[in-house]
Amino acid sequence: MGRFLLSRLLSAIPTVVIVTLMVFVLMRAIPGDPAALMLGDLAEPEQVAAMRAKMGHDQPLPMQYLLWIGDVLRGDFGHSIVNQEPILPLILTRFSVSATIVFAAVILAALVAVPAGMIAAWRQNRASDVAIVTAATLSLSIPSFWLGLMLLLVFGLWLNWLPIVGFVPVTREFWAGTVYLIMPVATLVLVESGSIARMARASTIEVARLDYITHARAKGLSERQVMWRHAFRNAFAPTWTLIGLILGSLLANIAVIETVFTIPGLGRLLIDSIYARDYPVVQGCLLFIALIYVAVNLLVDCVYPLLDPRVTA
Amino acid sequence: MSGPALEVEGLDVMVGGTGMRVVKNLSFSIARGGALALVGESGSGKTMAARSILRLLPPGLRASSEAVRFEGRDIANAADAEMRRLRGAQIGMVFQEPMVSLNPSMSIGGQMGEGLRLHKSLSAGEIRDMSLAMLERVRIPDPGGCLAAYPHEFSGGMRQRIMLASVMLMRPALLIADEPTTALDTLVSREVLDLMMELTEENGTAVLLISHDLGMVARYMQDLLVMKDGEAVEKGSAAEVLRAPSHGYTQRLVDALPRRSHGGERGVPAKPIIEVEGLRVAYPGRRRLLRSLPAKEVLHGVDLRVGEGETLALVGGSGSGKTTLGRALVGLTRPLDGLMRFRGEPLDWRAPQPGMRKDIQFIFQDPYSSLDPRQNVGSIIAEPLKRDRASTRRGRRERTAEILELVGLPADFMPRLPHQLSGGQRQRVAIARALVREPKFLVADEPVSALDMTVQAQILKLIRELQARFGFACLFVSHDLGAVEQVADRVAVMKEGRIVEEGTRDDIFDRPQQEYTRALLDAAMLIDRRFGDRTAAQ
Repeated sequence: MGRFLLSRLLSAIPTVVIVTLMVFVLMRAIPGDPAALMLGDLAEPEQVAAMRAKMGHDQPLPMQYLLWIGDVLRGDFGHSIVNQEPILPLILTRFSVSATIVFAAVILAALVAVPAGMIAAWRQNRASDVAIVTAATLSLSIPSFWLGLMLLLVFGLWLNWLPIVGFVPVTREFWAGTVYLIMPVATLVLVESGSIARMARASTIEVARLDYITHARAKGLSERQVMWRHAFRNAFAPTWTLIGLILGSLLANIAVIETVFTIPGLGRLLIDSIYARDYPVVQGCLLFIALIYVAVNLLVDCVYPLLDPRVTA
Repeated sequence: MSGPALEVEGLDVMVGGTGMRVVKNLSFSIARGGALALVGESGSGKTMAARSILRLLPPGLRASSEAVRFEGRDIANAADAEMRRLRGAQIGMVFQEPMVSLNPSMSIGGQMGEGLRLHKSLSAGEIRDMSLAMLERVRIPDPGGCLAAYPHEFSGGMRQRIMLASVMLMRPALLIADEPTTALDTLVSREVLDLMMELTEENGTAVLLISHDLGMVARYMQDLLVMKDGEAVEKGSAAEVLRAPSHGYTQRLVDALPRRSHGGERGVPAKPIIEVEGLRVAYPGRRRLLRSLPAKEVLHGVDLRVGEGETLALVGGSGSGKTTLGRALVGLTRPLDGLMRFRGEPLDWRAPQPGMRKDIQFIFQDPYSSLDPRQNVGSIIAEPLKRDRASTRRGRRERTAEILELVGLPADFMPRLPHQLSGGQRQRVAIARALVREPKFLVADEPVSALDMTVQAQILKLIRELQARFGFACLFVSHDLGAVEQVADRVAVMKEGRIVEEGTRDDIFDRPQQEYTRALLDAAMLIDRRFGDRTAAQ
C-alpha cells in the first residue's frame, strides 16, 4: 500500500515537469514582448531593455525556464503587469471561489447520480430504470452555458427568486454567499450527473452478473445488503475514476460558468488576464490549473485501493 | 428425522415471456447425507435446475414446480424472508468460477464471517476462531493471514477451498456444488473434491453436484441423473449407469469418457521435425518506476524432440510451463536461452526462414476468443492464403470450401460469423485456419478443454483423421490425460518448468516411473481403473 502511494507520487513528477515546460513554451510562443507591454507605448528602447533584464528575459530560454521554476518553487508566481499585485495570493483567492462551486457541484452530483445509477441497474428495464436513463441522457446532451442562461432567465428574471448578478464569498457571509452559488452549482450538478449515473449503472449491471453477487444472495443476505455490501464498492470503483476526471476538468473549464453567472473565480481571472495581455497572470493560472488537475487525479488514484485492493498488487 | 433432505417434483424452468422451457418436468430426491449428481453438457439445464431450488435464477428465468421439499417442508412457495433464512444456513452453494465467485474488494475474513453473523448470534471472537479452524481444515497455510487477505492473493484452487470452507462453516444440511472444479486442473480438482466429500460426510451434509464430467461423478457420487435439453434421460446409481447406460445419449457420454484403449500407436519415427535443447524462458518482472522486479523463469532448460508426423503430448498441471513451451515453439514467446531446430535448421523467430510461418501453426485453447468476432468464417480461413501472392480470389474460395469440408463443416458456413457457431464448430474453424496452408508442425494448446465431452471426442477424432491425411507432426498441450490418451504417440510430463518423464503413450500410461506422473494418472480418473471389466469386455 505504502509502496503503491509512493510510486503514484513519484510518477506524478514527470507529468508536472512536462506541464511546466508546456506552459513555459506556450507563453514564450505568444507574440508580443511583455516588457514593452508593461511599460506602455511611450517607453524608450533602453527602458524596455532594462525591464527585460529585470524580468530575466535577456537570458537564454533554458535559463529563463530555470529562473521561473526556481521562483515558482519558492511560491513566487511573479506580479501582475496590470496592477502589480503578487500573483499567487490572487490565484488562491480566486481558486477558493471556483473550488467551492466545483466541489459542491461534484459532491452533490455524485450523491444524486451514483445511487440513481445503481437503482437503475438493480431495476434494469423497469420503469424507474427507463426514467433514470432518460434523465441521464437528457443531462448529457444539454450544454452548461445554455442551461445556466435558462436558469438565470427562469429563476432570476421571471420568478425573481435568485440574484442574477453579483457575488458574496461564503466565507464572509454564509447564507448570502450560498444564495449566489445555488444556480452555478445547480447547473453543474444537472449537467454532470448524467455521465456519472450512466457509468454507475453500467458498472453495477456488470458486477450484478458476477458469481459473487449470486454467492452473496446464496448466503441469505437481503437484496439491500447484497447491493450495498457486495455490489457497491466493486461497481463504484470505475465511477470514482470518472468523478475524479470530472472534478479535474471542471476546475479547468469553470470559466464558462463563471462568465455566465459573473462569478470572480479562477476561470474569470484567466480570461480577463488573457484579454488584458497580463502574461505573468495567465502563466500562473495555467500552471496552477494544471497542477490542480494532476493533484486531483493523484488523490483519486490514492483512494482507489480502498475500493479495489487488486490495484496495489 | 427420516425422509429425504431434498425432493423436487415436476420442476420447470422457463425463459420469461417466450414459454421456452430450459428445464422440463424434472423430479429427483436426495437422501439425508446422500449425494446426487446432475450430469449434462452445456445447455442441458442442470445449473438452472439447481439454482431454482434456492430461487437464485438469473433475471428473465422463471421456475414452477409441483413441489420442492427441503427436509419435508415445501419451500416452492415460501416467502422471500423464509428463503433467505434457508440460504447459507441450511442450504449452501459453491460456484464454478473461483476467480469471480469471491468478492474482490472484501477480505476473506469478512466474507467468511458474513454468513455466521447473519444466521447465528456469535461474538466476533467466536466467528474468527471458527473461521480459522475451518481454514485450517481445508489446509490453507497461515489461516490468520488468510483472513486479512483479499481473494486476488490466492490461486484458483485455494480460492475454491476457501469458498468451500466459508460454505461448510454454516454446517448446511444440503450443499449445492455447481461445477466446483471445472476451472481447475486435474490434480487440484481432485484435492478440492476430496475435501468436499470429507467435510460433507463429517457434517452429514447431503450433496447435489452439478457436473459435465461423468468420470469425476462416477468417482465421488452414489447416484446420478443425466440431463439433456432440460429433461432427465437417465437416473440411477453411478456404478450402474456407467456399466450399462440405457439411453443412447448416456451411452455416448460414457463412450466419450477417458479410458485406456490399447493399440493405435504408431512407431516412433527416426527423423525429428522439431528439436529443442536447453530451452529456458523467463517472463520479465513487473516494471516499477525505477527498477524491474526480477524475471520469473518458467522453463528451466527443456529438451524435446518431435518426430515427423508424430503426436507428442505435453501434460502437466497449471503453471508447469507446458503452454509456454508451445508458445515459444511458434514464436509467441521469446526464449531466454537454448536452441530450437525445425527440420535441422535453427528456428529463430526474430529472423524466421521463409516459409516457417506457413509450416508451423497454432491452435488456441478457447475458440470463443481466438476467432475475430467480426470476421466471417470464410475470411478467417482464407486469410492465411492471402500471404501467397499468386493466389486468386477464386482459388482461395475453393481451397476454403475444401478445408471446411475436411473439418466437417458445409461450405455454406463461409458467410457465418463466429457467434453463430457452437463451441465445437468454432474449434473446427480454428483447426481449418491452422491447416489451410498444410503446415508441417502444429502446436495445439488445450484444443478441447473448453468443449463438452461428446464434442471433445469428435474434435479429437477429427485431429487424428486430419493428421493421417496431411501427415503433420503435432505438439498436443493438455492437462487432460483422457484426451492425451486418445491422440498421443508419445507423452512428455512437465512439472515446474522441467520435463520429468517422457515415453511412449503406453509406457507412460501403464508403466509410469515418476511419482508425479502416477498422481496425474490417478487424478485423471481413467474409467477402467474402476470399471476395468467394461473396457476389458469391449
